[in-house]
Amino acid sequence: MTRKRELPWMPVLGGIAALATPALALASGGVGGAAKVPDPAGDWTHLFHEVVTDITVIGVVFGLAAIYMIWRYRAKSPDDVGHGPTLTTVQSVALALVPALLFMADDFLLAAKGWVLYNTQRTVPADALEVKVSASQFYWEFDYGNGIVTSNEMKVPVGRPVVLRLSATDVIHSFFIPAMRIKEDAVPGRKTYLWFVAREPGTIIATCAEYCGVGHPQMPANIEAIPADRFDAWIKSGGKQASAPDAAPQG
Amino acid sequence: MTTLKEWILTTDHKRVGILYLIGSFAGFALAGIAALLIRLQQYDPGMDIITGNAYNNVLYFHGAAMILVFLIPGLTGFFGNYFLPIMIGARDVAFPRLNAFSVWLFYGGIVVALVSMALPDAPDVLWTGYPPYSITTASNTAFYVFTVHLIGFSSIVGSINLIVTVICMRAPNIGWNQLNMLVWTLLGSLTINLIFIPVLGAAVTMLVLDKYAGTNFFNVAAGGDVLLYQNLFWFYSHPAVYVIFLPAMGILYEVVAAMGKNRIFNYKAAVYFGIVGVGVMSGDVWVHHLYTSGIPDWIRVIMMVTTLLISVPVGVMVISLWGTLYKASITFNVAMYYAIACLFLVLIGGLTGIPLAMVSMTLHLAKTSYVHAHFHFVMALFATFSMFSGVYFWFPKMSGRMADTVVAYLGFWVSSIGVNLTFWPLFVIGVEGMPRRYWDYSQFPDWFAGYHHIATAGAFLTALGMALTLGNLAYCTFWGKKSVANPWGSKSLEWTHTPNPPGPGNFVDDPKVAPGWTPYEYVR
Repeated sequence: MTRKRELPWMPVLGGIAALATPALALASGGVGGAAKVPDPAGDWTHLFHEVVTDITVIGVVFGLAAIYMIWRYRAKSPDDVGHGPTLTTVQSVALALVPALLFMADDFLLAAKGWVLYNTQRTVPADALEVKVSASQFYWEFDYGNGIVTSNEMKVPVGRPVVLRLSATDVIHSFFIPAMRIKEDAVPGRKTYLWFVAREPGTIIATCAEYCGVGHPQMPANIEAIPADRFDAWIKSGGKQASAPDAAPQG
Repeated sequence: MTTLKEWILTTDHKRVGILYLIGSFAGFALAGIAALLIRLQQYDPGMDIITGNAYNNVLYFHGAAMILVFLIPGLTGFFGNYFLPIMIGARDVAFPRLNAFSVWLFYGGIVVALVSMALPDAPDVLWTGYPPYSITTASNTAFYVFTVHLIGFSSIVGSINLIVTVICMRAPNIGWNQLNMLVWTLLGSLTINLIFIPVLGAAVTMLVLDKYAGTNFFNVAAGGDVLLYQNLFWFYSHPAVYVIFLPAMGILYEVVAAMGKNRIFNYKAAVYFGIVGVGVMSGDVWVHHLYTSGIPDWIRVIMMVTTLLISVPVGVMVISLWGTLYKASITFNVAMYYAIACLFLVLIGGLTGIPLAMVSMTLHLAKTSYVHAHFHFVMALFATFSMFSGVYFWFPKMSGRMADTVVAYLGFWVSSIGVNLTFWPLFVIGVEGMPRRYWDYSQFPDWFAGYHHIATAGAFLTALGMALTLGNLAYCTFWGKKSVANPWGSKSLEWTHTPNPPGPGNFVDDPKVAPGWTPYEYVR
């Protein structure tokens, strides 16, 4: 079944953002030269901390209000009754609308910040290394093209974006790289993708994140990030040249 | 004393409600034991308590039973059936025999679920049942489907019954703006049930047709689409969380208003903006369960906005609940302790959902213990504690006895500490990548195990708290201290106009309330 081409909103918008960013950087007097590789994993952690701060503030405000009122409005005597206010229509509407608008403002702020990061996550940088990933019960296969196919382990060059084109042969799986703060499902009959960039040499764990049967927790994959020149040599050798021991696992 | 035959053949809404309560709590206990097995297995990586297929069976049963047997029938079937008719001044529901039919459908679903676990090849498709796995697996997916059919049909029938009851059978002078918050939240919940359960029914029926009848809805090789199921399933299953959330809030409004002797704060906003808003918006957020599924990016972004915005009507409901404490005159009982705990549980559960509304956050957090902890805080903790609050609050009404014993308070505290110990650690390892549905996590750093240790200890502490609580409730049902007529001084109709327990037909005389009456008339 052929898939309809859909408007590539995210790449278009991401492309505009990608053009705007170096333009802004140059305009603000930043270092000229090649645009930096985005850091979606670092950006994720940064935004997560902001969101957690946001929800913690809201939670603490409401929590303290509850504690205060429970203490302050304890019954003075057994016959005492509450004297909660009867609201006029104007008060009733205002007391609904004002909080509603405040919540909405926070929602849109979070949506906007999240959208910027989402653009980064879904826009594959131009020079990304393409690797096809095929998920099966219960192993992963990585196809670099040129006849290089590995199983349950992959090598990637440090500092260069890697885009994984995912599909599945049997049931739904999900390729999850916790250290890169990213996952995407591998779905039979669909082509999905994710991209990441390893910033240091080392071993990064990937794992299956979509329930796929009895072996679901038993299909990890090791992503070995090696310096770009050694990676190129590995590719040139048809994937056969063994690489020297690497740094400690990045986890 | 009543006979077993009278209970089996009953069409009295209160007895039907009690039957729902028994089935619901039996499911809770069994699913709770399943949870303990899961937590034992996850204590350390490489444990050998229950692994592989057996683990997946237990995990399936835990999820399906907690949602489909405990939470939804407990909140709508028990609280809805027992209290809604009395609160509106009705003598029973609109269709009493249909009511009996709905509870026996529910029991039929429980029987199918239990039988499915006893036979070989128990379902291992989890409560979500995604294809292709649920079709290619050798296990008995059909049992899962038939469980859903029976319990879903029970819910649809029960929803029709209770909605018609509210529309047609309110006593004179009880208008729409005079309904109990429990009644309004149930109306929202039941309407959601009515609209969305058929979609779940369709989704699981398509599974069983694909597996056994040669259709190809989800068979990619023959032109089917795997994501179709996820969309249909979550189109129901997201609104289903509001089926649970709304009556849980409804119970809290009742308990807080009665124990605070206060009117509901901004009642109309809570009802027409909050409950109606949640109900309407419940149906436009489901794709946040599909953020990593490969569905097109633009759909994910739209539903990020809608999912974030549903916090608005929820926020209005929360403010009304908080506001009901304002200038109240609060006395405390076990029900109020549970209600106060719920105030914090709803904050934690609801606010930890905010990152999950954001696509960019969820590309990492999806399918990790973070999600698991979030929905347990809202469903397992908030909604469950709310149910206990309601059971304790209306215990004297239903039994004529008091259940507010030292054991009750002890059970509350032990459970409260236990549930927090169980689920806070899971947020932490979830952010670091601990996936869901894993019976072994050896590939992850060693320090994950420490957090699992705490969570497992918490689960057993919770089990102790629940045992104390359920034991106390069972004991006091038969041997508790006799209660006075209206121990909490509530102004709601079930307390002011019926004995403990209400007899057949509920009211001695047809209930008459003055014009302008509300269930919260503490100050005139």
